[in-house]
Amino acid sequence: MLLEVKDLQCMIDGKPILKGIDLQVREGEVHAIMGPNGSGKSTFASVLAGNPRYEVTGGSVCYDGKDLLEMDIEERARAGVFLGFQYPVEIPGVSMANFMRMAVNERRAYLGEEPLSAGEFLRLMREKGKVVELDSKLTGRSVNEGFSGGEKKKNEIFQMAMLEPRLAVLDETDSGLDIDALRIVAAGVNQLRRPDNATIVITHYQRLLDYIVPDFVHVLYQGRIIRSGDKTLAMKLEEQGYDWLINGER
Amino acid sequence: MEPHEEEIRSESERVIDEVTSQDYKYGFVTDIDTEVIPKGLNEEVVRLISRKKGEPSWLTEQRLEAYRHWLTIEMPTWANLDIPEIDYQDIIYYAAPRTTPKYESIDEVDPELLRTFDKLGIPLEEQMALAGVAVDAVMDSVSVKTTYKETLAELGIIFCSMSEAVQDHPELIRKYLGSVVPYTDNFFAALNAAVFSDGSFCYIPKGVRCPMELSTYFRINAAGTGQFERTLIVAEEGSYVSYLEGCTAPRRDENQLHAAVVEIVVLKNAEVKYSTVQNWYPGDKEGRGGIYNFVTKRGLCRGENSRLSWTQVETGSAITWKYPSCVLAGDNSVGEFYSVALTNNYQQADTGTKMIHLGRNTRSRIVSKGISAGRSQNSYRGLVKVARKAAGARNFSQCDSLLIGDRCGAHTFPYVESDNSSAVIEHEATTSKISEDQLLYCNQRGISTEDAVGLIVNGYAKEVLNKLPMEFAVEAQKLLSISLEGSVG
Repeated sequence: MLLEVKDLQCMIDGKPILKGIDLQVREGEVHAIMGPNGSGKSTFASVLAGNPRYEVTGGSVCYDGKDLLEMDIEERARAGVFLGFQYPVEIPGVSMANFMRMAVNERRAYLGEEPLSAGEFLRLMREKGKVVELDSKLTGRSVNEGFSGGEKKKNEIFQMAMLEPRLAVLDETDSGLDIDALRIVAAGVNQLRRPDNATIVITHYQRLLDYIVPDFVHVLYQGRIIRSGDKTLAMKLEEQGYDWLINGER
Repeated sequence: MEPHEEEIRSESERVIDEVTSQDYKYGFVTDIDTEVIPKGLNEEVVRLISRKKGEPSWLTEQRLEAYRHWLTIEMPTWANLDIPEIDYQDIIYYAAPRTTPKYESIDEVDPELLRTFDKLGIPLEEQMALAGVAVDAVMDSVSVKTTYKETLAELGIIFCSMSEAVQDHPELIRKYLGSVVPYTDNFFAALNAAVFSDGSFCYIPKGVRCPMELSTYFRINAAGTGQFERTLIVAEEGSYVSYLEGCTAPRRDENQLHAAVVEIVVLKNAEVKYSTVQNWYPGDKEGRGGIYNFVTKRGLCRGENSRLSWTQVETGSAITWKYPSCVLAGDNSVGEFYSVALTNNYQQADTGTKMIHLGRNTRSRIVSKGISAGRSQNSYRGLVKVARKAAGARNFSQCDSLLIGDRCGAHTFPYVESDNSSAVIEHEATTSKISEDQLLYCNQRGISTEDAVGLIVNGYAKEVLNKLPMEFAVEAQKLLSISLEGSVG
């Protein structure tokens, strides 16, 4: 078991957001988490990544045999937890190359590997840039600065390719993407799929799941997973919306 | 404020404190015998300094004139600085290491002094070997070692201590000393003109391109000794020189006054690049001690097509008060100012530049990058003045401020005075803060908060750091990170 979430609860501003989440993710699996606005999807992603703004008030998370909640945010990243941000932040003045080189070498140090030389690193950048058809000019710029919405999302998948995480959590990676960008991003994620890693895709729309085919689909509503199933669940949601599920809850 | 927000705040404050509160890494005292004269200042002390240096009578008289003028004026108070009262009678105005004779070989130099340079990471040998830099190491007030003098001499370049220059090249000194910064200029210039101890003199003859970077390491090292450096650079027609000045000072509990004067004369078609990395002792975490750095730096672009460029990286001193300036007298002359000023803990800085456009089609460019952390106050103050005859003058100013944490301050005071309607003056300013979201993003990629701040700060200052000679740029980058260790948030 790569990730085991048990009865996870969290608050923000004293208000409970997650009210007991249970989820099991094995290596090689792709899970999709869907749900209406405000159901707690992004909060769940942030809590897994270790964002200190969210206060975990109960439950446990076991990642790769370790207590994830005991690790701080950068430790989790080095241990292979990757969060694809919904709104990637711009960092003016910091080149993608310098940024990525530091990140990659932190991950390598965690794995007991030597840092990459400048030459090896640049070769890796070029190779991984192809995964998402990221223009090599973009990797020469400052982190996300002046990137279009689609470029920012591609850049998230590019970073995922560079860091080779064990567990990737993609927070609404499809939002704001046109159909071509969506295809490219999804193809990138599919290329990175391996028997020893896992992906949690958080999304609003079923259309992303036409390209990234999930093994499991979960519906999050009011801080709880109210239904789990296979990809047919996503299709049903697309046809009928959430109402039938939500009303069933009431 | 919500309770959890408070927690996050205090968490980031803790990190800020940790990173900003590191002790000054270069705080150590070299144990070298120092010859000092008693505290205090009067005409007799001025005469004594001049006599100890074996100066000609015209210079003694000039010092006395400056001293008498100084007595009639008061220290200015317009800066955005909180300066404790300075007792000028409580300062020692002259200190020379006992080991005054010059050495032929480096083996003869006091090993204690060499060890000091080692601790600073700037061993003389390495400097010489690696960079081909002629190092005029100023330890307190007397030059201890000058190298590469012969190579330079073959080209007719003079690079020596001010004391030597007074002895060996009195005609040049008499002609140029005080010609850009007269003793009547300001309070500290008058004080410096009266009691200056030593400094550097650099003369590049007509048409000569100086083949190496010239550098001087200044260092204050006798307790309670104010240091009054005097630097003069003259670039004759069509010549070029790049001059580096670097400072690191050992820790002190007493405040120390540093009031230097740098004068640069640039003649027709000549170019001077003056780079500084300043890291005087900034005081401890509570703001005790530290150097007062009150410097007058000015260059006169006297000839047509002359160019002067100031680049400074300021991380040290308890109080920094200086405005390296360009007087653009020659037609088509160009002045540039590139600055990174970093303040942390309780440091204060009021720094910037003056670009005085006198000639036609003169151009100037100002790029100022302020970084404030801890409880420090950082001010940019700049004047762009275009005289009536300066038709076609152009200026571009970019003043950026970066705040780290929420207890520091950044201030900008741009002054523009234009008497010529054909002048084009542009000013851009930005203020930014390292945001929690940026740090979070870096953290999520495995980068620690401290490293993230280092990345962001160096990225922010890159435009200025790139103007430094290579070996200095690396040192400056390290310095920025060291200076912010313990200050991040």
